Amino acid sequence: MASVITFDHVSFTYDDFLPEEQNGERRPLNNLAVKDLSLSIEEGSLVAVLGHNGSGKSTFAKLCNGILVPDEGDVTVYGINTKEEERLMEIRQHVGMVFQNPDNQIVASVVEEDVAFGPENLGVPPEEIRKRVKESLKAVGMYDYRKHAPHKLSGGQKQRVAIAGVIAMQTGCILFDESTAMLDPRGRREVMDSIHKLHKDLGKTIVYITHYMEEATLADRVIVMDHGTILSDGTPYEVFSDTEKLRAAGLDVPQATLFASALREDGLPLPENILTTEECVSAILESI
Amino acid sequence: MSVLKTENLTYMYSEGTPFQIVAIKDVNLSVEAGELVAVIGHTGSGKSTLIQHFNGLLKPSSGKVYVDGQDIWESKATLRQSRFTVGLCFQYPEYQLFEETAYKDIAFGPKNMKLDEAEIDRRVRQAASYVGVTDDMLEKSPFDLSGGEKRRVAIAGVMAMEPKVLILDEPTAGLDPRGRDQILELIRSYREQTGSTVLLVSHSMEDVAKIATKVMVINNKNVEMYGTVEEIFEHAGRLIEIGLDVPQITKVFLGLKERGLPVRTDIYTVQQGREELNRLREMKQRGGDAAW
Repeated sequence: MASVITFDHVSFTYDDFLPEEQNGERRPLNNLAVKDLSLSIEEGSLVAVLGHNGSGKSTFAKLCNGILVPDEGDVTVYGINTKEEERLMEIRQHVGMVFQNPDNQIVASVVEEDVAFGPENLGVPPEEIRKRVKESLKAVGMYDYRKHAPHKLSGGQKQRVAIAGVIAMQTGCILFDESTAMLDPRGRREVMDSIHKLHKDLGKTIVYITHYMEEATLADRVIVMDHGTILSDGTPYEVFSDTEKLRAAGLDVPQATLFASALREDGLPLPENILTTEECVSAILESI
Repeated sequence: MSVLKTENLTYMYSEGTPFQIVAIKDVNLSVEAGELVAVIGHTGSGKSTLIQHFNGLLKPSSGKVYVDGQDIWESKATLRQSRFTVGLCFQYPEYQLFEETAYKDIAFGPKNMKLDEAEIDRRVRQAASYVGVTDDMLEKSPFDLSGGEKRRVAIAGVMAMEPKVLILDEPTAGLDPRGRDQILELIRSYREQTGSTVLLVSHSMEDVAKIATKVMVINNKNVEMYGTVEEIFEHAGRLIEIGLDVPQITKVFLGLKERGLPVRTDIYTVQQGREELNRLREMKQRGGDAAW
């Protein structure tokens, strides 16, 4: 399978105040945010990136579509090196991004205008824009709200409008930078459902950054970042089976996994690879 | 004795305009002194509106609010007193830091209470110690601190007023698991050391189960349930129904019950789950398959 994003020995340091940081945080000087990172994201994959605050995962996302450019090494996106400044627009047409705060990424006062903003900037003809807006809003289940004012929607609904905006740009790859972090459980479920739909039905390559283990267990591949480098990389089973390593990196382990391992200690013959609620329930029913 | 109490409390936004919306309706609640109450509810359930009534930030459209047995809207003086009795820490409080140093920021509240210098200094240092802010950090500009440190400074600013009741609106929002556990632990130990009443707004049952003594579930503009953590978890299915998240272990037991195993469903820690399953296995050994 072809890789759509490739990191080749990438390092990046923040050297000053960064206006686009979510919380306007000033970072200490010489703080190496990403260190000698090499990896590639395959076309059509569903990748979750985990890590605690300051592990470098947001920096990783921003390096993926040229918001940040590496100090050392190269990031190649659909064959384009992100250092080629004049091709930034082209990169953004391949890789879309949805951010954390739903209130920071809505630009228009009507939902459908907001979704049209991206394709308008790409110079897409009006007829085509109309078609894309309709399809994108339907894909995230927000078509009925197309005439609504975005600021009156719930957090989850706003994030789905933002996702529709990215779908309308028809990028092959979409990055989600903690897009569920500020939502309540219902909003989180709505957004995760949309993400999975994009992957399954539209065949998009998806990279999502999250704190929530339950969300990460749903990916094909999980990358855990710590101190700017990759701590583990593999299927959810492979990554979550090393509970000690995850804890050391300040992350949670799914309760179903902990529960299954406690039951194994008590002599119940459960398989090693339990992550989700459903897997745990079925395994217990089979072995008890 | 109840430290917070409401009688038929109703609040409407944009009252008397065509945009009038009822946010909370006919709320009757009472919180005993010394409890650590988790207030949970999904976005829009009315929980933030409710807590803003406890120190008079919002004036009821109708009904009464009592703090320490006193109707806070009786006079200007009682209203002012409620601001000192009840300390409210908003969501993302780190955005409200504004002083030159963390020390000055924490001192802002006590200063407004017209306390003398020595008392202010004692309170700042005491509050800083509750949240693990070091002397070194106190001298720094709040903007040079990390996100988690800023949040702890902001919480200390409210603690320094030594309120009888401390209310925190989603103090763990946006934090990673390590930062979240740190904040929850400091809230737990603050309450233990001071004996004050704490209300903690959250939409994560998983978080609150760890430290709360009581849980207040807000749904549909009113208090739907109020009880101990165990009592509330007996209704885990209902919690999911009203858009709340319950711990994964609770979902496992709900799933087992649904598939016919005679298990309890008020389970919210791995240890409880382990005990419950061992109980079940013993029962099965004794009674064979006929046990269920």
